[in-house]
Amino acid sequence: MTITLIFMAGIMGVIVWWLVKQTINVQPWIADTGLIPDLDADAILQPRAKSGLLAFLAVVTSMFCLFMSAYAMRMSLGDWTPLPEPDVLWLNTGLLVLSSISFQWARQSAKHGRDVSLKRGLYLAGALSVTFIFGQLFAWQQLAEDGYFLSSNPANSFFYLFTALHGLHLLGGLVAWIRAAFRVWSGVEAAKVSISVELCAVYWHFLLIVWLVLFGLMLST
Amino acid sequence: MSTATTHDETSYVPPAEVGEMELYHAKTWLGKYVFSQDAKVIAIQYAFTAIAIGMVALVLSLLMRLQLGFPNAFSFITPTAYYQYVTMHGMIMVVYLLTALFLGGFGNYLIPVMVGARDMVFPFLNMLSFWIYFLAVVVLVASFFVPGGPSGAGWTLYPPQAILEGTPGTEWGIILMLISLFMFIVGFTMGGLNYVITVLQARTRGMTLMRLPLTVWGIFIATILALLAFPALLVSCIMMLLDILLGTSFFMPALVSMGEQLEYGGGSPILFQHLFWFFGHPEVYIVALPAFGIVSDLLSVHARKAIFGYRMMVWAIVAIGGLSFIVWAHHMYVSGMNPYFGFFFATTTLIIAVPTALKVYNWVLTLWRGNIHLTVPMYFAIGFIFTFVNGGLTGLFLGNVTVDLPLSDTMFVVAHFHMVMAVSPVLVVFGAIYHWYPKITGRMLHDGMGMFHFWFTFIGSYAIYYPMHYLGFLGVPRRYFSLGNTDFIPASAASLNQAISIAAIIVGITQLVFIYNLVWSLFNGKKASDNPWNATTLEWQTATTPPGHGNFGKELPKVFRWAYDYSVPGADKDFIPQNEPPRS
Amino acid sequence: MVFAIALVLLVVGSVLFHLLSPWYLTPLASNWGNIDDTIDLTFWVTGIVFIAVNLFMAWCVIRYKKSDGNTADYEPENQKLEFWLTIFTSLGVAAMLAPGLLVWSDFVTVPEEATEIEAIGQQWHWSFRLPGVDNKLGTIDSSYITEANPFGMNPDDPNGQDDFLIASNELHVPVGTPVKMLLRSNDVLHNFTVTEFRVKMDLVPGMVTYLWYTPTKVGEYDILCEEYCGVGHFAMRGRVTVDEDADYQVWLDDQLTYAEILAQPVGDPVAGASAYVVCAACHGAQGEGNPQLNSPKISGQDGWYMKRQLEYFKSGARGTHEGDIFGKQMIAMAATLIDDAAINNVVAYIDSLPDVRSAATVSGDVGRGQKVYETCAACHGSQGQGRWALNAPRLSGMTDWYLVTQLKNFRKGIRGANRKDMYGHQMTMLAATLADDQTIDDLAAYINTLP
Repeated sequence: MTITLIFMAGIMGVIVWWLVKQTINVQPWIADTGLIPDLDADAILQPRAKSGLLAFLAVVTSMFCLFMSAYAMRMSLGDWTPLPEPDVLWLNTGLLVLSSISFQWARQSAKHGRDVSLKRGLYLAGALSVTFIFGQLFAWQQLAEDGYFLSSNPANSFFYLFTALHGLHLLGGLVAWIRAAFRVWSGVEAAKVSISVELCAVYWHFLLIVWLVLFGLMLST
Repeated sequence: MSTATTHDETSYVPPAEVGEMELYHAKTWLGKYVFSQDAKVIAIQYAFTAIAIGMVALVLSLLMRLQLGFPNAFSFITPTAYYQYVTMHGMIMVVYLLTALFLGGFGNYLIPVMVGARDMVFPFLNMLSFWIYFLAVVVLVASFFVPGGPSGAGWTLYPPQAILEGTPGTEWGIILMLISLFMFIVGFTMGGLNYVITVLQARTRGMTLMRLPLTVWGIFIATILALLAFPALLVSCIMMLLDILLGTSFFMPALVSMGEQLEYGGGSPILFQHLFWFFGHPEVYIVALPAFGIVSDLLSVHARKAIFGYRMMVWAIVAIGGLSFIVWAHHMYVSGMNPYFGFFFATTTLIIAVPTALKVYNWVLTLWRGNIHLTVPMYFAIGFIFTFVNGGLTGLFLGNVTVDLPLSDTMFVVAHFHMVMAVSPVLVVFGAIYHWYPKITGRMLHDGMGMFHFWFTFIGSYAIYYPMHYLGFLGVPRRYFSLGNTDFIPASAASLNQAISIAAIIVGITQLVFIYNLVWSLFNGKKASDNPWNATTLEWQTATTPPGHGNFGKELPKVFRWAYDYSVPGADKDFIPQNEPPRS
Repeated sequence: MVFAIALVLLVVGSVLFHLLSPWYLTPLASNWGNIDDTIDLTFWVTGIVFIAVNLFMAWCVIRYKKSDGNTADYEPENQKLEFWLTIFTSLGVAAMLAPGLLVWSDFVTVPEEATEIEAIGQQWHWSFRLPGVDNKLGTIDSSYITEANPFGMNPDDPNGQDDFLIASNELHVPVGTPVKMLLRSNDVLHNFTVTEFRVKMDLVPGMVTYLWYTPTKVGEYDILCEEYCGVGHFAMRGRVTVDEDADYQVWLDDQLTYAEILAQPVGDPVAGASAYVVCAACHGAQGEGNPQLNSPKISGQDGWYMKRQLEYFKSGARGTHEGDIFGKQMIAMAATLIDDAAINNVVAYIDSLPDVRSAATVSGDVGRGQKVYETCAACHGSQGQGRWALNAPRLSGMTDWYLVTQLKNFRKGIRGANRKDMYGHQMTMLAATLADDQTIDDLAAYINTLP
């Protein structure tokens, strides 16, 4: 459970540090004297939707860390046979990197009100992501053709499991992308879509990091 | 009044002022009462559903007690059925009742109104979270009606037996259970994000973290625990589903079931236990922390005294929350895991006793030098302290690895966890309902029925679970359909089992009085004023009772003081509401 | 006031209950007295806290009750008090933890001179293995498990040849010698518990776990499974008999090694045919049974089951109860089979007889019977075919009125209550779930419908 414990220690550390910072020297029973004090010391200055997304990403990270811990624990048992990763996975990784870059481009465009490049970036990001999904399915097909099935070996099981979970989260993100893309297509100005695009971009960068970690883990073991 | 129809969750919070929330105003009956995005309605929906399914689980527990108290007297309670009752009772109570009620029920109602917000920050997501929970309950109930019946694997669902022949419900029941849990976790996450972000970013002007009532702290930290811990259960469910449906061997070693070699191999049942208890231990604090928070407020209000040591109470909640992630393997001392882990987990488990004990002292010290009004909520709060002290202390037996050796998997464990999870927090639930019912409905619950409910529930529950510990000392195992003949269990144990069963039946029937009170008082209860208990927290300062959509009328309150200005020297009343400006 | 008195009474009552009730730790029969000591210490510490906190609370309820002129104090916190309470609590916690960890370090350190005994758990019974003269246990793997090799012994491992294979729920150990139990499961999680020894540990399929103890008192002690293992969990029982050295040796001499079991001659149906003449008088020339003579069909029944029942009749594990009229007859019959070889031969002969379904004579509600049978199916199979791995004999196609009689006998303790009949004991517990004669008839009627 080491991987999970490290993550938990990290996130608990952040939470506890922040909470202690807000509360350590406060004597709450002292009421205001009537002057308006600086009560926003603990205000969090970002859109609530973004906070919500970040909290959700903490939950997703927890889940992936737990899967990785399970991977590490299962790997230590006798019957592990590492899986040869199909080459197409490298291509897919490239696609995912490009889609993150596209989202970043779209995000910057939205912030600066550039409608045209926003459209281009957004559509490109979606197209690359969809291609990535197809690429992952192709990788599955290749493995199955070569005789590496889900239940034959735990290394196989984890491969399919990791790629499936990552892919499903990406699909969920694509649902949000469809909404944002539709609004952009129907002419909503950049400023209004800005927050949706920003959240999508953050989510995509997160999934890219998750993919890189999972891929790296599977390659190295 | 705004005419915007969508909630603007993307607004920034300008540094100088609290942004006003645009509320969603439903236009249809369905949108207002069924798919409501008002956290108060969602709270009632959660509470109703949780209590309804909880009553089903209560009946299951009475059936179990019938078998234990009067073995084989009821032929429909076969061993197969018995283990199905055991499993469904446990899973429903822990997850679908307690977690849903404390977080989805109390959290949804109390958080917005206690922090001074109009509603939760993501109301659409909040509405979805309830309906996904509801569907999860439907799927779980459906498992009663499928071939083979519901799972009989024990609420802990340990593989390999959970998915193999020899355990009831391995045809369909276990699959539905896992799918239901998956749905619950997804739905809960949606709600949990709401609770956390609302506390962080929707507090009204002047409501700093240290001015929050402990009810909010308890639910807030519990939600953080839940968001981080439920993924462990999700991971276990997914991997177990794959083992069942697609023949993977995450948890399944090579084994011979019923004389046949199975296709599995190499998996680890202990891996499941690590994952499950990594969720399972924080889960009990997810149930306990809201209870801790709420009872602090009940004691404070009804003793007219600030909760003793508020800051320590806050840090204790945070410490307990953090520590709860590193004690999980105390559920696994005799699991066959590396026995050297026992040293570590016994130490962390006994360390967690310290902040918990401090909370107990502070609750009692709140009563000390107080002005104790023996209202129905106060009775339940004191009942909580008494039973929690008992349950918490028996935890010290089990947490100490050596003492756990003879007691593990005996009725001692069953007695301990019921005392700390079923008796104490449920006493708080009752106290909380008697306390907040006037705000939610505008009526007071009937006092006489409340006192009857209290005495029978409190004494009755103690009579059930205190003696049960001694069955554990004797060595009577848990999850035993019947004892048969043993060399060492005396015949008198059977009499004790009988007495416990009778007490359980009495306590079970007593709850009907409570349900009746809830309904009767809705129509005949004394009309309540806006603040019948003279409490300081913001929910009692709403514009109307019951609070309307938006909670506070035209203007959000501004907060000038903490939640515990009771019996302040020099004040003209024995309480000062949080939004009362200071005398200049 | 009433409430405070109630709280005080509850405290006093709880303490009195502890001191006066007959329900507490069973008499210790092993070296683990220090576990009992740690429990006692824990009781002292927690007991003091329980009494002090609750009595203080009761006093507060009286002293600080709402009354005219009474106002609450305003004291948001008292850091000094909280500090001392923290110190005091930490000391109490340390006082319990330290001895606990010391004893635990004893538990994880197995004495070098401990003898190793393997306990194998499976649904829902026990078997045991002793290492034999070479002091080494042969390798075992679940892939070797078959009806002929239920222990899963690796036939190519020479270390295993002299292992004693004890295919019984009962284990003997000599008093005064430390024992390291190696625990192994063939199927699901189980747990080996002997309450009087104070120790227990789960059995995990796919690995070997352990515990150790030194039995200090001669006697017989129940083995209970304490990790839920399916529908038969509560019926999975065993027994550890702690013997003086001499008695232990007598028991050990009776046990067979793997090599000896392999060397046992297969039953000879020709030799069995002549022994069978005696049996045919009641059971019929084709083993079809004879209701007039109260003899059930025995053809088609599992050989291992008949062997065991004949051995039981011979040893008095079955048939000695005064209510078991026909069982008594069988004791005399079984006595005509002078040794194991004779039993094997006659069983081999019965095995060769044609298997013709018994006529159905019992009527009942098949639907009700099916519901009841759900639990039986776990051991006996959904088709009533019997499962050797679970020691559950075939039920379908056999004699229904005999099944009814046996279930009633199990329920009444006429069969299965004898201490030597450990598998019968399981059946007494299961038969007890059949509330009345009608339920038994329904069950038999349903079993009649099985192929």
